[in-house]
Amino acid sequence: MSTNTTTAASIKTVIIDDEPLARSIVREYLQSFTQIAIVQECNDGFEGIKAIQAHHPDLIFLDIQMPKINGFEMLELVEQPPAVIFTTAFDEYAIKAFESHAVDYLLKPFNKDRFDKAIQKWLDRRAPGSSAQTPGAAATSAATATTDTTEQLLETAAQSPGQQQRVVVKTGGKIKIIPIEDIHYLEAADDYVKIHTHNGAFLKNRTMSWFEKALDPSQFVRTHRSYILNVQQVTRIDPYEKDSHLCILQSGAQIPVSKAGYVKLKSVLGL
Amino acid sequence: MARAPLSNGKFLLIFLSWWAIWAFMQISLLVGFGLSSGTAITDSLVSNSLVAVLCAFLSNGMQYYLPKKELYWYILFTSLGLSAIILLICKGILVPLLNDKTDAVNYSVFFNRSWAVRFDIVFLQVACMSILSILWYSAEEKQEDRQRRNDAERLAKEAELFKLRQQLAPHFLFNSLNSISALIVSHPEQARKMIQQLSDFLRGNLKKEEQQWVPLSEELQYLELYLDIEKVRFGHRLSTDIRCEDGCLGMRLPPMLLQPIVENAIKFGLYDTTEAVTIAIRARLDGNYVRIEVENPFDPETSRPKKGTGFGLTSIQRRLYLLFARPDLLETRVDNHLFTTIVRIPQQI
Repeated sequence: MSTNTTTAASIKTVIIDDEPLARSIVREYLQSFTQIAIVQECNDGFEGIKAIQAHHPDLIFLDIQMPKINGFEMLELVEQPPAVIFTTAFDEYAIKAFESHAVDYLLKPFNKDRFDKAIQKWLDRRAPGSSAQTPGAAATSAATATTDTTEQLLETAAQSPGQQQRVVVKTGGKIKIIPIEDIHYLEAADDYVKIHTHNGAFLKNRTMSWFEKALDPSQFVRTHRSYILNVQQVTRIDPYEKDSHLCILQSGAQIPVSKAGYVKLKSVLGL
Repeated sequence: MARAPLSNGKFLLIFLSWWAIWAFMQISLLVGFGLSSGTAITDSLVSNSLVAVLCAFLSNGMQYYLPKKELYWYILFTSLGLSAIILLICKGILVPLLNDKTDAVNYSVFFNRSWAVRFDIVFLQVACMSILSILWYSAEEKQEDRQRRNDAERLAKEAELFKLRQQLAPHFLFNSLNSISALIVSHPEQARKMIQQLSDFLRGNLKKEEQQWVPLSEELQYLELYLDIEKVRFGHRLSTDIRCEDGCLGMRLPPMLLQPIVENAIKFGLYDTTEAVTIAIRARLDGNYVRIEVENPFDPETSRPKKGTGFGLTSIQRRLYLLFARPDLLETRVDNHLFTTIVRIPQQI
């Protein structure tokens, strides 16, 4: 069915789904695309991250509801994530929000036609004008576009209500899941955000505004350009210099509170 | 609409006897004043019948219009007015009818002398009937209101119970269908078997009524169906261990109560760890209760079971409350890396 003239199996893909039968259906449907090779199949997000780092696939098939870390959380932890086709039984309304960002989403159970359409859409997007461009240029532009859309996708995922009950970070090659109750405060650190918890600090390559959107605003307040704090950790608020305050947390940490931040903090604390 | 009191045979009989007594009293009174018995009977029958008919109309009329509480003083004026009208009609009928009789007492003169007493009596009768009717109808209305409210509450409760019972996770359904879709090509026999299991499960889900409690054995069979489907989906990751104490299998419980609890345990267990998961289900007798425990592993590092319930158990809690009006039948216990849901079902004796 494909008019693609590139050599056999030039496109690498990874299937990430916790249900073996769900993976087998993707495998079966992919048989008609000789240019796409499955480099690995993964049971969960941890395996998924390793597979992506090892093989740098062009495309992944990703389930959302998976053990330990879900599909969105897995994507958060991948640097330069590949193009994503979600395969999920997630309800349609919830997934619609990601329509514009992900390459596509396939609602389980899906048929071969729908699957082919999703692949074709990605192939078309990947090589606009097809043969006119050199393969190298097309791949570069596609890679940039993919990274951008995946970034946007994660922004959307962060904002979907009930999404963030925890924060997933990578620390020394290991993945750590931090329940949000454990977070004391967040601190901006260049391109990263430093998450201070009971068990030390962790870095995550997201922006402060991403966290501000992702975390429950009745529990986390951005008190300063560079700080977001967990209001449950607050023990005392002291005046500090002109127009600003210092917030003392249970851990003893002193968090700067700007004028605007003080107003926000007061309203959340109900003062 | 409220029924009129006179539409009830017993009340009609009382009403008629009441007027018979009035009529009899009036006859003896008039005879005592020296009227001939013929005149007395005619007078009494005509005036009492008039009042009786009017009262019957009044009482029936209130079926359609009942004065509001603040308008009760209307009754006074209506009764006064109606009494005056009755008196005038009585005079109009009785005086021409009885006057030319050669009696010891001139009837016309007698009527004119007795009008005040007649007016009094008619007024009392009409007012009394009005008040009785009002009391009757308001009692009736209140009764209907209560009935309506009870019905509404019962309906709402049933609807809520139905909804809680029907909360079949769409996830489960779609993922199962997806598994079948995969099996159709590779293992058609297994696909057919799974369709059968899924159909049996869905049928069981549809037909069960809240009031018809089922024995634990039946509920466990149903659970087995569900678990078989889940095992196809999750492959070797999911295993179950069901143990039932002697004498438990005959105990009865509301239908479809265990499946959502087990579903919750599976979701919690399977999605909180990447390892294989065993869901343990235990049933035993506990005094007058059958006590069922569902246990799943979890990772205390990453998830915090909320105090009390949580983890999708709220709807079961609500259902138990609607059924038994008790909040204490569902408990959860956290023990290291094990999460246990305990449900106790009171046994009807």
